[in-house]
Amino acid sequence: MTHRISRVLAPVAALGALALVLTGCSSGSSSPASTSSTAVQKGGNVTVAISSDIGCIDPQQVGNNDDIAIARQTVASLTSQDPKTGAIKPWLATAWQINSNATSFTFDLRKGATFADGTPIDAAAVKANLAGIQALGAKASLGSSYLSGLKGVTVVDPQTVRIDFSAPSAQFLQATSTFSLGLVSTKSTTLSVADRCAGEYVGSGPFAVKSYTPNSSAVLSRVSSYDWAPPTESHTGAAYLSTVTYKVIPEAGTLTGALKSGQIDASPDVQTTDLPLFDGNGYTEINRANPGVTYNLIPNETNAVLKDQSVRVAIQKAIDRTDVAKLLTKYDKPATSVLSSSTPYFTSEASKLKADTKAARALLEADGWKVGSDGVREKDGQKLSFTVEYWQPSTEELELVQQEEKAIGVDLQLKFVTIAQWQSASASGSLDFLWGNLTRSDPDVLRTIFSTTGQNATHRAAPAAIDTLLADQASTTDTAQRQKLVTEAVEQLISSGEADPVYQLSTTIAASSTVHGLDFEGSSRLDLYNTWVSK
Amino acid sequence: MARYIVKRVLQGVFVLWAAYTLSFFILYSLPGNAATIAAAASGGLGAPPAALVHKLAVEYGFDKPLSVQYVDDLWKALRLNFGNSVQTGQSATSAVAQVLPHTIALAVLSLVVAVLGGLGLAIASTFPRARWLRQLIGALPSLGVSIPSFWLGLLLLQAFSFDIHWFPALGDDGISSLVLPTVALAIPTGGYIAQLLSRSLRITLEQPYIDQARAKGASETRVHFGHALRNAVIPSLTMVGVLIGNLLAGTVVTETVFSRTGIGRLIVQAVNARDLPEVQVVVIFAALVFVVSSLVVDLIYPLIDRRISLTGTAVTA
Repeated sequence: MTHRISRVLAPVAALGALALVLTGCSSGSSSPASTSSTAVQKGGNVTVAISSDIGCIDPQQVGNNDDIAIARQTVASLTSQDPKTGAIKPWLATAWQINSNATSFTFDLRKGATFADGTPIDAAAVKANLAGIQALGAKASLGSSYLSGLKGVTVVDPQTVRIDFSAPSAQFLQATSTFSLGLVSTKSTTLSVADRCAGEYVGSGPFAVKSYTPNSSAVLSRVSSYDWAPPTESHTGAAYLSTVTYKVIPEAGTLTGALKSGQIDASPDVQTTDLPLFDGNGYTEINRANPGVTYNLIPNETNAVLKDQSVRVAIQKAIDRTDVAKLLTKYDKPATSVLSSSTPYFTSEASKLKADTKAARALLEADGWKVGSDGVREKDGQKLSFTVEYWQPSTEELELVQQEEKAIGVDLQLKFVTIAQWQSASASGSLDFLWGNLTRSDPDVLRTIFSTTGQNATHRAAPAAIDTLLADQASTTDTAQRQKLVTEAVEQLISSGEADPVYQLSTTIAASSTVHGLDFEGSSRLDLYNTWVSK
Repeated sequence: MARYIVKRVLQGVFVLWAAYTLSFFILYSLPGNAATIAAAASGGLGAPPAALVHKLAVEYGFDKPLSVQYVDDLWKALRLNFGNSVQTGQSATSAVAQVLPHTIALAVLSLVVAVLGGLGLAIASTFPRARWLRQLIGALPSLGVSIPSFWLGLLLLQAFSFDIHWFPALGDDGISSLVLPTVALAIPTGGYIAQLLSRSLRITLEQPYIDQARAKGASETRVHFGHALRNAVIPSLTMVGVLIGNLLAGTVVTETVFSRTGIGRLIVQAVNARDLPEVQVVVIFAALVFVVSSLVVDLIYPLIDRRISLTGTAVTA
């Protein structure tokens, strides 16, 4: 269905994209309206629809996209990541020093910044926050993973804080820009898990929680004293909007209808098939590729057949990524690396990821895999037959991959399961392939997924050269050196067939044209600080 | 009478225990547990780190043997302590209590509309002289029952919210946000009531005593309301327990389509997250509603028909 629609709409989409370029609005991180000549109007409310809520909006605990869209607005972080360049810029910290092996980070804090209750954001507050995240432990799984190996936090003086790690942790600087390490007041760090989830915390961001009804709605109100916007924002001072209302709308049809009939103003959760409804005609769309690891098929090397590099590489070469991307929105692109194009240290490996069925067949032939009577290749009674269990709404994309694999004699069985089923299968290590992506705006995400000391997604039995590369990129603060290591790691993952990038996911926000200045921050999360509405 | 009530209360306690036990073991037998789900929720491509899963499992008490967990949980539940939600850390009882008023408002209003509508339709389908009109009205309940409430909800939204803006599409503030979900929920339930009632009305109207009443010169109105309805209503009353179950199940769909807070939405999310404490509170609540409503219905029978006695071994209608 999507396939047919996107084929029909392709010329229309191309024209739309052209129009955007011509009006100078193709930049993913600034909305078309923010470049218009209309003067900013202060005040007002924007109603944003999200499709789910797990009942927790504490920025230090949340991990799902929808709750992050709420939580992100309520906290400021030590640093800010520029969505255009991926560079780390000042926010609550005006400057920082990192030692050469990335084990010690010293931050100089901005003077005069306060939490929403007026208490100062000082070194002691930073220390209390990091201790609080460690105390939350498993409940703050993102934040505590960023803090793994934390040795100590030292209050040098009220305006200076030093954070020491027992092992190199180059990722930590980017981590300080995330909502997971966003700051809440010292008193808030001692609240119970439940109270923090319920939005009782006092934050440091441009908006504060006014009310929150789990699974229903949240209202944020502007913090008028907020005056520490990072240079990555387009203005300073307090936010423009008086309030932001979030509504939880689980049914996709209701969400689309509510946006179309003006009952909500914007949503990052409009279904792919409904997006063309919001392209022009009183609506605007902004889009940004999700940084991190692209949608990948990752083979499980404990499977005797998938342990064979020729098989893995043949499977990779059978995929035509351009064709798969045609099934997605006009914004989603074929993967050109294990990392998405919006990730810092990304380099295109497009030439290595070209479909080549001839080469794929030749690899399998040379390896002794002969086509059987059913068209599936076999060797020594073993068949090239695998199962891909998945829970993400990506059936059509996987079905196309399935057809492409069939053409070279590889049988992929697709099995759509619930996320809970998938997780238990994944935990038991029984999946032939992992299918998914992971958002993180730092190349260290590769270490998280592929290192034998991380999630070890390929189930590699013993550490290999790739582990060294991934460890080394985490211990260097030298940009050129880190780029070299990251590129090498990506190339190894591709050439060994341990990663099989297919397409890069992006986030699209559809909004009524009365909403201006909707932005994405560095991790492609919604940023409402510059947002305003025209009456 | 007192003995009967004691017996029924004991039966009710058994039903509650059985519901608790079944839901406990069903949720445990489903693939994936709350600890893995919570650990993986924060992102990752592969399995969440085993150490993290273990840490959460210890926090939730999943590391203990299943039998110990069951006895512990049951003992706590007896003292109305169902533990904290694994998703939010909030007390499961208060999480359910918070959303319950919304569901009750929707369910009660829908039941009232369904009963009035069903009754009206049933009478309308036996009342008119013209056969074609009776048949036409008689076909409506089947239509109401067979419309999927999901589709009906979206249809109502499209017509009355997105197109002509009479009612809000979402939320749960005030009466105007209750109108569409009430209609969506009342139509299938009202259809059931109308189906049952019109059938038993037709049968009753063919009874000799009705002919007798007619022969004595009673008007059709008097025949309907004075004689037939009282007898015809009893089989429908038996259905009330089932109808309340239908309504509770219907809220899952209705609350999702209309983005309403309530136990329907809560239970979907709790099952998805394997949030045992929240699931158990909702299950016990639903079982309690069943037990109480069927007891109340049984106590009402003798008030309607004095021939029905509660002292016998079984109550049939």
